Amino acid sequence: MKRDTVTNKFVIKFANVNGTGSASANSLFSKAIFRMGIPISPKNIFPSNIQGLPTWYEVRINEDSFLGRRGGIDIMVAMNPQSMERDVAELQRGGYFIYDSSKPIDEKLFRDDIDFIGIPFMEHCREVYKDERQRQLFRNVMYVGSLAALLDIELEVLKGLIHEQFKGKEKLIEPNVQALVMGYEAAKKEYECPIAFRLSRRDEVGDKILMNGNAACGLGAVYGGATVVGWYPITPSTSVIDSFAKYCRQLRVDPETGEKNFAVVQAEDELAAIGMVIGASWNGARAFTATSGPGLSLMNEFLGLAYFAEIPTVLIDVQRSGPSTGMPTRTQQSDVLYSAYASHGDTKYICLYPSTPKECFELTATAFDLAERLQTPVLVLSDLDLGMNEHMSDPLEWDDERKYDRGKVLTAEDLDAMEGPFGRYLDTDGDGIPYRTLPGTHPTKGAYFTRGTSKDEYATYTEDGKKYVANMEQLQKKWETARHEVPKPDIRTTGKPCNVGVIYYGTSEASTLEALHHLDRLHSISLDSLGIKAFPFSNEIKEFIEQHEYVFVVEQNRDAQMRSLLINEFDFSPQKLISLLHYEGSPITARFIRHVIRDNILQTATASHMRSYKR
Amino acid sequence: MSYAIPGFRHPNLPKNELGYTAKDYEGRVSTLCAGCGHDSISAAIREACFGMSIPPHRVAKLSGIGCSSKTPTYFLGNSHGFNSVHGRMPAVATGGNMANRNLLYIGVSGDGDTASIGMGQFVHAVRRNVNMVYICENNGVYGLTKGQDSATTDVGSVSKKGEPNALEPIDLCAIALQLGATFVANSFSGDKSQLVPIIQAAIAHKGFAFINVISPCVTFNNVPGSTKAYDYIRQHMASTNTVDFVPAEEEITTDYAPGTSEVVTMHDGSAIHLQKMDEKLDIHSRRSALALMQEYKAEDKVLTGLLFVDPDSQEIHETMNTTATPLRNLTEKELCPGSEQLQKINDQLR
Repeated sequence: MKRDTVTNKFVIKFANVNGTGSASANSLFSKAIFRMGIPISPKNIFPSNIQGLPTWYEVRINEDSFLGRRGGIDIMVAMNPQSMERDVAELQRGGYFIYDSSKPIDEKLFRDDIDFIGIPFMEHCREVYKDERQRQLFRNVMYVGSLAALLDIELEVLKGLIHEQFKGKEKLIEPNVQALVMGYEAAKKEYECPIAFRLSRRDEVGDKILMNGNAACGLGAVYGGATVVGWYPITPSTSVIDSFAKYCRQLRVDPETGEKNFAVVQAEDELAAIGMVIGASWNGARAFTATSGPGLSLMNEFLGLAYFAEIPTVLIDVQRSGPSTGMPTRTQQSDVLYSAYASHGDTKYICLYPSTPKECFELTATAFDLAERLQTPVLVLSDLDLGMNEHMSDPLEWDDERKYDRGKVLTAEDLDAMEGPFGRYLDTDGDGIPYRTLPGTHPTKGAYFTRGTSKDEYATYTEDGKKYVANMEQLQKKWETARHEVPKPDIRTTGKPCNVGVIYYGTSEASTLEALHHLDRLHSISLDSLGIKAFPFSNEIKEFIEQHEYVFVVEQNRDAQMRSLLINEFDFSPQKLISLLHYEGSPITARFIRHVIRDNILQTATASHMRSYKR
Repeated sequence: MSYAIPGFRHPNLPKNELGYTAKDYEGRVSTLCAGCGHDSISAAIREACFGMSIPPHRVAKLSGIGCSSKTPTYFLGNSHGFNSVHGRMPAVATGGNMANRNLLYIGVSGDGDTASIGMGQFVHAVRRNVNMVYICENNGVYGLTKGQDSATTDVGSVSKKGEPNALEPIDLCAIALQLGATFVANSFSGDKSQLVPIIQAAIAHKGFAFINVISPCVTFNNVPGSTKAYDYIRQHMASTNTVDFVPAEEEITTDYAPGTSEVVTMHDGSAIHLQKMDEKLDIHSRRSALALMQEYKAEDKVLTGLLFVDPDSQEIHETMNTTATPLRNLTEKELCPGSEQLQKINDQLR
C-alpha cells in the first residue's frame, strides 16, 4: 500500500499479556523517543490481574506536543494472540500490524487496507535462549529492536538507556543489547525499513520531564511537609504512597542514626487510614492519605467529623471507574460530586483538580497549606490516567523562600497574652476560621474537647438550636473565605467575539485544548475555554459562564457531575451547560471532543433537543 | 444532681510533686446515671494521674461513641480531648501518637465501641503496639441506645430487657493476649484499690496497655440475672494479685514474703509490686494468663488483676525508627528537601 510519510505524529499500541515483562520493554521504547527530543504520551490499559490477561500500552507521538489521547491507532504491535482479533479491528486504514510470525495467524484476520508485518520473534528467541522465561523477556526487547528499524529510532539512544537501566547489574546489559540488535536485524530482513510512520530527532522536549501523577503527588507531599501517612492499598492510588515513602527514604532519613522524619502506617482499612490522618492533623502534624473510589466511600463518616470539628485533612483521591468495584484499572472522573459533598449532613469540601504531574506536585503541596489555613479537609482529585501513566510535564519547581502556612495555631505565649478565655470555635477574625491549639501546649490554657457532636464556640456540647445554627453559619462563612483562597481557573480567550465556551478539568485538559486548536484551524470555530482547578468555584468561573450563551462541560463520567455541581452552586439554567461525556474507562480523546463540538455548533440552529453527548 | 462543680476546695488539699491538687485533675460534672461504673473509672484515672504527678496538659484523652466515650469530659479538664466516631478511637489515637510521641495517650472505649463496631481497629492497635493506655469500660450492654445486648454479654446473662443472651461473648482480654498486647489487665470499676495502681502501671508501660474494666450499667444491666451487675461481680470476682505501683524515685520499703510476691521493673524505672493471690499465674506468660482465665471461668469466677506484662516491649515508634523529636515539631528546615534537590529529581526524569 502506498502512503505518505508521516514523521513524529502517530499512535502506536502494544498488545501484550500481563505478567510477561512487557512493561519495561515498552517503557524503553517510549523513553528512547523522548530522548530523541520528540514529545510522547504513553498510556497503560491494564487489567485488574497479575498474570495472563490482555494488557495494552498506547503511545501517542506528537511533535506539536498534543498529548491527550488522539483516538485511532496507526501501528499495532500485536504480541497477544488472545486479543488479536480486536487488535486488528482497532487499526485505522493505512495502519501497520506487527505480529510474531513464528506461528501462522488466522487468515480471517487479514484486512487489505492495512499492512501486516510478520517477524518471527519467538523463533529467534528459541534459537538463542534456553530458558523459557528468558525467551519471553527477550522477545519484548527484540520487538523494541525491530521498531527501531521500522520507525527509525536511534539505536544508540536505546543502548544508552539499557546501560542506564541495568546500572549495577552489568551482566544483563549484553544480553539485552543482543536482543535489541537481533530484533533490529530481523525487521530489516523481513520488511523495507523505515515504514511510512517514522521518527526523526527534534528539539521539542526542552527541559520537560516524564513523570506519572502519583509520583508527583507523593513528592508534593514530601515538599509540602507531610510527616504522617495513614493508608490502605488500593489501585490506582497505591503508588502515591510508594512514591512518598521512596522519596522519604532518600531525603528524610538521618544518615547517621537512620532515624526517620516521617511515619507511614499501613492501616487495616480506609476508615482507619483517614482516622489516623485526622488524629495526626489534630495533633499538629501534616498528614495525608491516598485512596480511590471504594476507599473514599469508607472514609465518609470521618470526613464529616473533620469538616464539623474543623480538622485539617489531606486526601488524595486517584479516581477510577465506579460504581462499586467498577472497572478498577480504568480511568474516570466520577468522584466529583461525592467528594464535593461527602458524608451525611450539610457538608462540603475543598477539592483540587490537577491536570498534569506538575500540578499534582504543586496542588498536593498546596493542599496542606489550604487544609491548615482553613482547618478543613482538602481532596486532591487525580485519576488513574494522570496517576499511573507517564506524562510529559514542565519540570517541578520549588521556591526555597516558601514557608508552610500552618494556619491559626496558638502557642503558649499567645495563650498567655490572650484577654478573655480561649474559645476553639470563636470566629474572632470574622473570616469563619477560628483559632486552634494543639495538645500539650499550655498547662492551664487552651485545652478543649474535639467532638463530632454539636458544640458552642467554646467546644462545649450543646443541643441549643441557635448555637448549632451559629456554628453552621460560621462554617459557611469559612467556605466563602475558601472561595478566595483556592487556585484560580485557567482561562483562555480567543480574543474574538465568542458566545460559546468550554469548561474542562483534570485529565480532560490536554484533549480539550487540542480539540479547540483543531476546531479553530480546521473548522474556523474559535471557542473560549476554562479549566477548573478547584472547588469552591471562584467568581471567575461564574463570570465565564455568564459571559457565554452556552458552555460545553467536558468530563469523564456518565452523570455530568461537574455540570451538576456548577448548576447547584450557581443556580444556572441547565440549558446553559451542555455535557460532553466520555466514560468508557479509557481517557477521553481529542477527536471525540472535536467532533461533538463541531457537530453541535453546525447544528446549533436546531438546538432544542436534549443537548447532551455521551460516548 | 448538680450541674456545676463548686469552685471552692479546702485550702490545704494535698499537692503532688508538681504542686497540683486533685482539683487540677478534675473535668466537668458527669452527666451519666447516678451510680454508673464509668464514673468510678473516671475517678480512678484522676487519682492515678494525680498520684503519678502527670502534668494534665501532657495527656491526650481520646474516645469513640457511647456512654463510656463521654467520660473523658469528666476527668483531666486541662487535657485536650477527642470524642471521635463510633469504634474509631484507636485510629485517631494512632495518628495522634504518630504526630507527637511525647504525650500520654489515654483512650477510653466501651464494649460496643471496642468489641463490635471498633473490633477491627482495636485488634490492629494491639498488634501495632501503639504506646497508649486503652481502657474498655465494659458493661455488657448498649446504654445510650437503651439496653441492647453487646458482644461481651455472657451467654445466659439477662439484662433489664429480660431475654437471656444466646450468643457467645467476646473476651477482650483473651483477644488482646492472643494478638500480642504487651500489657493486659482485667479489673472492676467497684474496686478502686485494684484499679488505680493498674492504671498507673499501664501509664508507666511502654507500648499498648489494655485494661478491661467491668463497669456495671445501673440503668439497663444491673439486674439479678446479669453477669455484669454489681452484685454478681462482687460475688464472683477473684484476683490474680494485688498491685502496688511504685514510682521510679521511691524506694521499695515493704517486705513481701518470698514466693508470693514479685517486682516488675517498668521501662521508666518505676516498679509494680504484685502480691500474688494465685501462684499459678506467671505474669510474663500469655499462655499462663489464658489458661488461668479459662480455669476461673469454668468455676464461674471472673479473674481480675494484672494478667500479663512485657516491660521491654518495643512500641511502634521504636519499630519504625521515627525521630525522637515529635514529628509535628519538624519544620521546613527538616522536612523540605529544597529546590536544588528538586532539580536533581527533574534530571532523573528526563
